[in-house]
Amino acid sequence: MANDIPTKATLTPFDRPNSYVGRNLSRPGARRAVAGRGTYTDDVVLPRMLHGACVRSPYAHAKIVRIDTTAARKAPGVALVMTGAELAKRCTAPWMGTLKVFEGMKSAPQYPMAVDRACWQGEPVVFIAARTRAEAEDAAELVEVAWEELPVVAEKKTALDPKTPVLHASLGDNLAFRKLIDTGDVEAAFKAADHVIEETFEFGRHTAVSLEPRSMIADWNPANERLAVYISNQVPHMMQYLFSRTLGVPEHNVRVVSHDVGGSFGMKIHSYGDEVAACAASMMLGRPVKFIADRLESFLTDIHARENTVRAKIGFNKDGTITAFDIDDLSGIGAYSQYPRTSVFEANQILNITAGPYKHPNYRARATVVYMNKVPTSQYRAVGHPIGITVAEALVDRAAETLGMDPVEIRRRNVMEDNSYPRLTGSGIKVLDLSHQACLEKLVRLMDYDALRAEQALLRNKGIWRGIGIAAFIKGTAPGPQGLYGAGGAPIAAQDACTIKLEPSGNVICAVGVSEQGQGVDTVMQQIAATGLGVPFESVRVISGDTETTPYGGGTYASRATAIGGEATYQAARKLRAEILVIAGALLQSDPKVLDIRNGVVVDAANGTLRIPLSEIGRIGHFQLGELPNDVQPTLSVTHRYRLLDLPYIFTNGIHGAYVEVDVDTGFIRHLKHWVVEDCGRIINPQLADEQVRGGAVQGLGGALYEHCIYDENAQLQNGTLADYIIPMAVEMPDIVVDHVQTPTGQSELGAKGAGESGTGAAPGVIMGAVNDALRPFGARVTIQPMTPEVVLQALGKL
Amino acid sequence: MTGEETTEITLTVNGERIARRVRVREHLVDFLRGELQLTGSHLGCEHGICGACSVRVDGVVVRGCLMLAVQADGAEVTTIEGLTDTGEIADLQAAFVERNALQCGFCSPGMLVTAADLLKAAKPATREEIRNFLSGNFCRCTGYHAIVDAVETTLNKRLGR
Ligand code: FES
Ligand code: FES
Repeated sequence: MANDIPTKATLTPFDRPNSYVGRNLSRPGARRAVAGRGTYTDDVVLPRMLHGACVRSPYAHAKIVRIDTTAARKAPGVALVMTGAELAKRCTAPWMGTLKVFEGMKSAPQYPMAVDRACWQGEPVVFIAARTRAEAEDAAELVEVAWEELPVVAEKKTALDPKTPVLHASLGDNLAFRKLIDTGDVEAAFKAADHVIEETFEFGRHTAVSLEPRSMIADWNPANERLAVYISNQVPHMMQYLFSRTLGVPEHNVRVVSHDVGGSFGMKIHSYGDEVAACAASMMLGRPVKFIADRLESFLTDIHARENTVRAKIGFNKDGTITAFDIDDLSGIGAYSQYPRTSVFEANQILNITAGPYKHPNYRARATVVYMNKVPTSQYRAVGHPIGITVAEALVDRAAETLGMDPVEIRRRNVMEDNSYPRLTGSGIKVLDLSHQACLEKLVRLMDYDALRAEQALLRNKGIWRGIGIAAFIKGTAPGPQGLYGAGGAPIAAQDACTIKLEPSGNVICAVGVSEQGQGVDTVMQQIAATGLGVPFESVRVISGDTETTPYGGGTYASRATAIGGEATYQAARKLRAEILVIAGALLQSDPKVLDIRNGVVVDAANGTLRIPLSEIGRIGHFQLGELPNDVQPTLSVTHRYRLLDLPYIFTNGIHGAYVEVDVDTGFIRHLKHWVVEDCGRIINPQLADEQVRGGAVQGLGGALYEHCIYDENAQLQNGTLADYIIPMAVEMPDIVVDHVQTPTGQSELGAKGAGESGTGAAPGVIMGAVNDALRPFGARVTIQPMTPEVVLQALGKL
Repeated sequence: MTGEETTEITLTVNGERIARRVRVREHLVDFLRGELQLTGSHLGCEHGICGACSVRVDGVVVRGCLMLAVQADGAEVTTIEGLTDTGEIADLQAAFVERNALQCGFCSPGMLVTAADLLKAAKPATREEIRNFLSGNFCRCTGYHAIVDAVETTLNKRLGR
């Protein structure tokens, strides 16, 4: 059951007086950033460092006939000009973006830079290292590439037509992957249903747009044959593997460091050819090479996401009972499946999570994933969820409309009951500890739903068209090794680890495999470690983002840092606490069981009497070991690893509400207010959790309202600048009210689930629901994202 | 293009007089970051859109990526480092930290330089007006709500409200 307000009966170790769990502590990293003292990768300067720039394919598909680098090599400041073919020779093997779990999936081998053919506009072709970035760019302009244009696959809908050229001949066609989930009997359910409604939805390709572009410095030291890579990234250990495996440097000789990361959102967990090229250049030159993508390069080469068309059907009865969902997704990915996570995750997640909150016994979901001459798509915040949630919630709204039922009421009748877990979703996934009913009722109260409806009705009489949206969701967070990682064969850790040490001073060093990009991971780990150990928050220092100093872990992706890394940290702290109590027991001639650590001091558990401070334990444990009996050998250092058992994900749930106003003459949508109630289990730092939800929601709203990578029929990107690709600005976004229901997961002692994507997943669905609610009096309906004014006016029949 | 044409400039940066020979094609933020190692000003687009490069030049907030270093000859430039050292926005910075009005922090220096301008005016502003004022500064992480909160709190405190 939802465990919202802890009562005396439910007091946990986290309610101890010196617990930092559930408290708002501000981030030490934030203090540096506001003073302009952040250390982003581009802020780092190494001795004798060179700067990289790329020549990129101007065509979506073209053969490289010849590359003449003569003039470029002679240009001022140039140290190296390297073609794709030259880089390929230095690579151990091409990348192959397939995973075992995606049965039947096909992809073509891919080298970091194009060798004899470029398959998307922006694919790197030549890498140049020079004294300055400007000189590298000057030299890039002197490279002459003779191109022979090839036919382009620009449209996903016709990618499988026999007339369409095949992108990779070895694959036989442009199909990357197909999957079908079929539970119950969908056809029979549709036959038996009182109503069946079908609708088709379009989702425009968009991308992450971290404000700091991809940035890195490769530093090869020929003297000891070690490669250090400073990179703006979320997954240092995966990158260590990637550079090692691609360039043949033993893994333990590759160090990956991520200093401050200026935004990432899933975009910085992938392989990028220019980054490998910079490493190779450094190895060839024996000098550091910096590569910073500019904004155009970012638009052209960062992974994109969500180019989907979904045909969907819902069957339901007069009483509002939903009996079946049927969805058919077509995903247009890029020219290759992105190594090593693949480009079919998004489609796979759509099948997994669509209509996940509901009890329908019949579910059929199909995905068809096709290659096109565009930059690869891959995981971007909330992978697949924005699409699946939009589709299901729009159908539920249509069902409600058909029946003249309130959108809240139809959801009330169909969401899984809070006391019904464990159970399976329609897609066959096991879910536990969810709270749809509690979240729904909380949202209704928070929105003051009835008053909003009354206001809406009143304003309609005045020709003001407002709409209310409701969108429920489930979100897969914190993947386990049984899921797509680990079992899938990707070299990406689903476990995570913490090494915690008591220093001679009595202070604590806590090194974690999860990483920080501003969410507050370090602060949350600090709170958890301090709580688990019983020491003041300030006495703990967290180290993350460096393969040299942190235990092997997966880094930060898929809302896993707190749920997985946090539990590892908590258990590591508990183990260190136990060891400290044994040492204290030996020194004090007490039974460790009657001792506790509070506020950095070993005390009598019964009455809190101070016995010995941790600074004494630290001093004796490191220097004065003679004071200890021979059978007590302190390690004062513990590593603990944690992984999810028996589950592919820890699913979370929640619900969004939105209130919008649509100008039916201009098609403009004004987003007035947004509400989110979500259940990420036990919350460590409420403020940080809320801000994850808010930021995530705005990112989802961006994709739903404005963001679109627009390609022409030759697969040329039309809007590769921030002037043309629109992301949300402050004035367009509403205040966002966030609340929670806390149902701790039973999978860990800490009980935390993921929070980082709960805002993003349902935001597009809820805003589409609200817009369609506003348009309802006109009999108009929007089914296309982004919902630009043009799309709205088209829906109204005005364009 | 072989012509790395350079010229001599003299300017004041964060109260310090600086004389340097600069490449004429170099923009102000590249100069500040590269030559003076003032890495607090960031580059998010180099197109004049995102505001990450905002600095104060002769009292006015400008996009440092749209101004050449040579154009700053004789000017008085203040960056986030300067605003920090003088303490002019210490209250705002503290409010940002306390309200968690930043995540990755890449936008924060530019955002603070812009918000400092609003505070300087010392006039009451609604949330809507604050949002409007900050709309030339993109933030991809926070969703803006917390930033508006932090600016609003600081403004109200300064106005004694
Ligand atoms: S870097 Fe100057 S406005 Fe974006
Ligand atoms: S905090 Fe990351 S861009 Fe604003």
